[in-house]
Amino acid sequence: MSIQTKLENYKENLAFFEDELQKYEFIIDLGKKLPPFDEKEQKDENLVQGCTSQVWLICEQKDDRLYFKGTSDAVIVKGLVYMILDIFSGATIQELQEVNMDIVQELNLSEVITPNRQSGVTGMIKKIKSYALLQGA
Amino acid sequence: MYKKDFPYFKNSNVVYLDNAATTQKPQAVIDSQVEYYEHYCANTHRSNFGDANKATQKYENARKHLRSFINASKNEEIIFTKGVTESINFIAHSFANSFDTVIISSLEHHSNIVPWHMQGRTLHKGLEVVKYTSDLDFDFENFEALLQKYPKAFVSVTHISNAFGKINDLKAIIKLAHKYEAVVLVDGAQSLAHMAIDVQALDVDFLALSAHKSFAPTGVGAVYVKEEHLNKLLPYQTGGATIDKVDFESSTLLDSPYKFEAGTQNIAGVIGFSQALSYIESVGYKQIQAYEEELYAYLDEQLHTIEEIKFYNSIQHAIGSRSFNIKGIVHDDIGILLDKMHIAVRVGHHCAQPIMKALGIKGTIRVSIAFYNDKEDIDQFITALKKAIAMLKG
Repeated sequence: MSIQTKLENYKENLAFFEDELQKYEFIIDLGKKLPPFDEKEQKDENLVQGCTSQVWLICEQKDDRLYFKGTSDAVIVKGLVYMILDIFSGATIQELQEVNMDIVQELNLSEVITPNRQSGVTGMIKKIKSYALLQGA
Repeated sequence: MYKKDFPYFKNSNVVYLDNAATTQKPQAVIDSQVEYYEHYCANTHRSNFGDANKATQKYENARKHLRSFINASKNEEIIFTKGVTESINFIAHSFANSFDTVIISSLEHHSNIVPWHMQGRTLHKGLEVVKYTSDLDFDFENFEALLQKYPKAFVSVTHISNAFGKINDLKAIIKLAHKYEAVVLVDGAQSLAHMAIDVQALDVDFLALSAHKSFAPTGVGAVYVKEEHLNKLLPYQTGGATIDKVDFESSTLLDSPYKFEAGTQNIAGVIGFSQALSYIESVGYKQIQAYEEELYAYLDEQLHTIEEIKFYNSIQHAIGSRSFNIKGIVHDDIGILLDKMHIAVRVGHHCAQPIMKALGIKGTIRVSIAFYNDKEDIDQFITALKKAIAMLKG
């Protein structure tokens, strides 16, 4: 599934909830699906810049694709991490290098998360892209 | 009981519990702003036409009002600023930079820490920090030891901690400081909304005040300077409105307070500040304090019904703010969910990172009350908080 298709799916899912708290329950539940993240990897170099809560992100390359793992110390952010990793993990390096989207706007997250947290979400995308650029260099 | 005086509560369904950050404004204060801009908007202390005279008179009346409100002896001792941050920066640059040592407390917010760092002072190099006791109280023993080591120091301490609501015993702090010939500035950012301050009874040297945390407009505040220090104070900035005579050779300045109020001040804000003081007077501090103490105790009692809560201090010697965490949950998560349930509280470090670091935390959930809040607000907050915890732990 392409990045765009996965993105559209999440957009539809989020738009489904009229009740804001239900939307958050959905995000919280997504966070519970995050695979365990090695505590040793919770180090400064893996921290995402711009997050009010702590978010760690690591990258593995298999062939020409990048796979991401991540976590956060905050429950709601874990849900956002899951969503973003699900959208981008497994994409090709070239696809990720070309990522140039405003994910906050794409997913209509501005109504869901505060400006501080929005910069954290943007920070995750930047880190993902920087991994891709590094691998492709 | 008093919510009816505040238009915000008619227009919003939010339970507002972020009063330590800023307070809502009563109708009378809002009206004073509209009245200035609609009916006599003119600059002060310059022109001589009717509206300019009226603006000047209202502005100077506000000074007199604040002078009597805090029981200063002279109008010259009241200098209007943008707020506490500017007041402390002003005193730091204009007076305190000649002191070898500045002593602050552990519970200071950034406005009473960063200006000292900007002067090149770091811990034990021109800057000393009074420890806190197990209940986050001011450690007098440690304070006296510092004063013995650094007599004639400049002491700058908060009256009420914005993060934890702890009230410092100013009278005792000032008396002890003066014993060692130290000079004392009090950061009164959180004070006026909760309790009366009498600068003469306290014998304080400087008092920094914030208007917007006390029901007045934003962007205005004041600093009280005890008369004996006025002539030792250099202007922080100069220019229009501060001068007596200027030619290309030299300038001579006016006396205080004018030489310290460069440029066009926040005229409407100052007038609104006075209106807010009138509003506080109409309610009365006796009533405010008695009511808030009861509400604060109720808040504490309700919070104690939550098993997973972690406090950092008791409510002894505290008012206004109650700060805590929920075990196993990051404060940010709680803040987001409370917001979605229309509860406004602040989560984070509350511009007091050093004390958070000392406590080994990144921040807290802070509930801060004003006298217009009621038990219903607390009940709604507690219900929402319990729901948020259930969602996050579920």
